[in-house]
Amino acid sequence: MPHDHSDHPHALLPPDPALRVKALETILTRKGLIDPATLDEIIDIYQNKIGPQNGARVVAKAWSDPAFKARLLADATAVVADLGYFGRQGEHMVVVENTPEQHNMVVCTLCSCYPWPLLGIPPGWYKSDAYRARAVREPRKVLADFGVTLSDESSVRVWDSTAEVRYLILPMRPAGTEGLSEEELAELVTRDSMIGTGLPKVPS
Amino acid sequence: MSTCVTASAPEPVFSEPWHAQVFALTVHLNEAGRFAWPDWAARFSATLKRHGLEKELDGGEDYFQAWLETLETYLVEEGSVLPDEVGPVKQAWEEAYLTTPHGEPVVLR
Repeated sequence: MPHDHSDHPHALLPPDPALRVKALETILTRKGLIDPATLDEIIDIYQNKIGPQNGARVVAKAWSDPAFKARLLADATAVVADLGYFGRQGEHMVVVENTPEQHNMVVCTLCSCYPWPLLGIPPGWYKSDAYRARAVREPRKVLADFGVTLSDESSVRVWDSTAEVRYLILPMRPAGTEGLSEEELAELVTRDSMIGTGLPKVPS
Repeated sequence: MSTCVTASAPEPVFSEPWHAQVFALTVHLNEAGRFAWPDWAARFSATLKRHGLEKELDGGEDYFQAWLETLETYLVEEGSVLPDEVGPVKQAWEEAYLTTPHGEPVVLR
């Protein structure tokens, strides 16, 4: 029975898995294998500091600076590290470019590998069995579910992430954005457009 | 989930506090050198695959259930945690919650 009434005499008992996590934390802290302050720091980073705004900044810079874009497509790991975005798990980052001829999208059929430093924690649907299975089998239908319709000339390529290699999509720069600053361009770059399940916003 | 995804506020990064805790614990242990990330990913994907045979996983609560199960098993196998160590500590936390007056911080005694 959930007991969430405020007059309850004792603290609200967390769900079973939460208690199991607390038990692991206690055991590992007592053995000196972890530092609780580091746990708080990691949560803060992923909750508040890392997110799609990082990837959007990279995309906007690539749209604005052809030399940066060339370097990014050649060796994304080094280029984004220069901007302060490190793969904490030692993974390589690869940026693939959408063109009028080829649309790209990212999945992790294995589990949920994702370019954390650039996009943060993946959304629930990215981790679902439905997306992980269907993205490879019927990418055009999945794109249609996300409201993305491609022209008949455009092929779709699906990139399967691994623990070692994480992909970020460089979407096509929307028409009518000449003269926009990098900051204004970054506002148009959505999380889904960097996974390939969406397109950038069009300036209003 | 809302049908009006694009217009709503950003989704929370972690929907439950313990999702964040188990995530951070795993990242911390990896960064402290307890295990390599590819080894973690291989084990985690095996758990997801096994769970996915019974029902279609939605990537939410069931995803972190699989994550926790993988971590518990891994820590016992690599020796950081003894097999019978978790039960009593979990029990102690449960008692702490049930005996701490509402509104006061819960600590292990």
